[in-house]
Amino acid sequence: MLRSYFDHNATTPISEAALAALTACLRDAPGNASSIHRFGQEAKQRLEQARRQVAAAAQAKPDQVIFTGGGTEANNLAIFGSLRAGKRHVVTTAVEHPAVLSPARELDVTVVGVDGQGLVDPDEIRRAIRPETALISVMSVNNELGTIQPLALVHAVAREYGVPLHTDAVQALGKTAIYPAELVTLSAHKVYGPQGIGALIARVPVRKVTFGGHHERDRRPGTENVAGAVAFGAACMDLSAVGPELRDQLEREILRRIPRTRVNGAGAPRVANTANVLFEGIEGEPLVIGLDLRGFAVSSGSACSSGAVEPSHVLTAIGLSREDARSCLRFSLGRANTEAEVLALVDALEPVVARLRKLSPAYV
Amino acid sequence: MSKPTIAVAMSGGVDSSVVAGLLHREGYPCVGLTMQLWNQRRLPELATDKATGRCCSLDDVYDARAVANFVGIPYYVVNFEDRFEQHVVKPFVDEYLAGRTPIPCTLCNNFIKFDQFLEMADGVGAEKIATGHYARIQFDEASGRWQMLRSADTTKDQTYFLFGLTQSQLARTMFPLGGMLKPQVRELAIGLGLPVAEKPDSQEICFVPNGDYAAFIDAYFREQGIAPEQVSGQVVTPDGEVLGEHAGVHHFTVGQRKGIEVKRQKPEPLYVIETNPVTRQVVVGANSDLLRTDLAVEQINWISIAPPVAPIRAEVRIRNRHTPAPATLTPTASGVQVRFDAPQRAVTPGQAAVFYSGEVVLGGGWIAS
Repeated sequence: MLRSYFDHNATTPISEAALAALTACLRDAPGNASSIHRFGQEAKQRLEQARRQVAAAAQAKPDQVIFTGGGTEANNLAIFGSLRAGKRHVVTTAVEHPAVLSPARELDVTVVGVDGQGLVDPDEIRRAIRPETALISVMSVNNELGTIQPLALVHAVAREYGVPLHTDAVQALGKTAIYPAELVTLSAHKVYGPQGIGALIARVPVRKVTFGGHHERDRRPGTENVAGAVAFGAACMDLSAVGPELRDQLEREILRRIPRTRVNGAGAPRVANTANVLFEGIEGEPLVIGLDLRGFAVSSGSACSSGAVEPSHVLTAIGLSREDARSCLRFSLGRANTEAEVLALVDALEPVVARLRKLSPAYV
Repeated sequence: MSKPTIAVAMSGGVDSSVVAGLLHREGYPCVGLTMQLWNQRRLPELATDKATGRCCSLDDVYDARAVANFVGIPYYVVNFEDRFEQHVVKPFVDEYLAGRTPIPCTLCNNFIKFDQFLEMADGVGAEKIATGHYARIQFDEASGRWQMLRSADTTKDQTYFLFGLTQSQLARTMFPLGGMLKPQVRELAIGLGLPVAEKPDSQEICFVPNGDYAAFIDAYFREQGIAPEQVSGQVVTPDGEVLGEHAGVHHFTVGQRKGIEVKRQKPEPLYVIETNPVTRQVVVGANSDLLRTDLAVEQINWISIAPPVAPIRAEVRIRNRHTPAPATLTPTASGVQVRFDAPQRAVTPGQAAVFYSGEVVLGGGWIAS
């Protein structure tokens, strides 16, 4: 069976360049980057080359790049590492990834709502700021909707109050410009790099939240994942974005051929690869399974620990009912997708949706 | 002729794992599905160290996935938490509060496994479903009906919980273990090399840890903000004499002897003979007060025979562990009136009465009074 992958916001397949860099580094630079000898120096050299490449991708300085074990760790470092005496309050939004919402909920947090397109109102951020606010965290691009937050406006508010801004930019890298917030989270596996390596760009001091050695300028202890960082650097050398043509064609074909469908977040600025579509009166879960059995990988909601799908908090935050939130699919395109695949996907969707609607009492 | 695609309900236990392995070996295209019914992170005060054998635990999902990968069939976890709460957990609690003793497994079979799960199977393109239940299904040419029969392994028979299956559900359901003995199933699991072959059987009601219904309901009340004094009441005799206090009618079921606290001891042992949800009284009496000959059964589903229009003879089972006892069933406007040949102990409203003719399940319904 042919398989078509439409879930690039979950992860991307590794590029040939990143894979080659990864294996070459594992093979040729076996040292510990902290070691004094030449084995260590060779590893260190490659690590610093990667740091420069990642810094360039985020328009940052190399010493501002802290390599981490991925986006979640970078978000945790940004949030907990920004706390200071008397400043333990965080402002964030209802559409953040759990990698931000969950650490924020360990603290005193104000979660600001969003409009029907998933966008935050900077004035609401302003109203949430308190003297003890340590950090404002607003994602760059929403992983489910693809909508782009007005970060320049949020940043202006943050600067007025002297509060640093953090942005989870894992879905922005390679799709739109990286906004130069004080703290920026990046992840390699969203840009055709390997899983398990990410970075926090820190233009302000952050305190380490795990303890051990003095790696990463005493901000993130632990032996560096040199090969991962090198592959991340290689991925950052090619951040060519996909255009909106295939995504637009997919949305157009779905809306034209399948009744009672609607695109979520279409009224806001969006990155070019993401389509989130509501199929009224249908459970997203059997739709995802039915498509997978036909060779099409798409996603619905977010996976809980067992692997079952939970209704998306992003979709309920933009005003969808729990039922409607269950009825949405996310299609996220990548470099390898073709027009033929998009048309085949809609060909597969149409009868599955029709069959589910015939079964569903909710659809009348 | 190509074989139909089958959605196998996989719990991670030995039985449903053998079903998946067998059907795959016989050449059926299979899709393994695990229903996520209950979030075990809820009601944390009920948490026990023993996490295995509890339905929907991550360990069970891990096992089911491992079996599906081993067998080589596609596998998914599907989220039924909202539906399970609506159709099983809430009615389970409400029934207890209404002075009846509910059977969550039957509610789950009627409203989840053979209804919503069948719909999920439709959704993913499967024509039939298969489960690891111990019961047999066969088509009777003479009557044109799907019939249900007790399982070959009489100690494992689950027909008491399956009386609600309709003809259209039976037509699309397979119970591949119905004709086997449990030791054979274990042997098959070992023969197939299944990674769960040595896993112990689960015994308890899946979402109730340690089978402690009352503790579950108390915890559920706390989560829902229901105060304990809203369910507590008096322990009384049939004559209305107050013997003591109790912490909620859901702690008691008809025939129960344990947990009755009275201020004045009675000469003979006390048993629960009735719980009254309106007065919140638990009525206690002697063992002989529990014997009944007549009961009314409602909401009947006839399986192997068409609804009778005249009295019929059958063996009637009023609890899962009850040996079916001979009785005469007389049709009424709302169901049937059952008259046992000999009095039976602890007829419990809310439990099911299932009718048998030998090993054939005629049908069943809910004990109203």
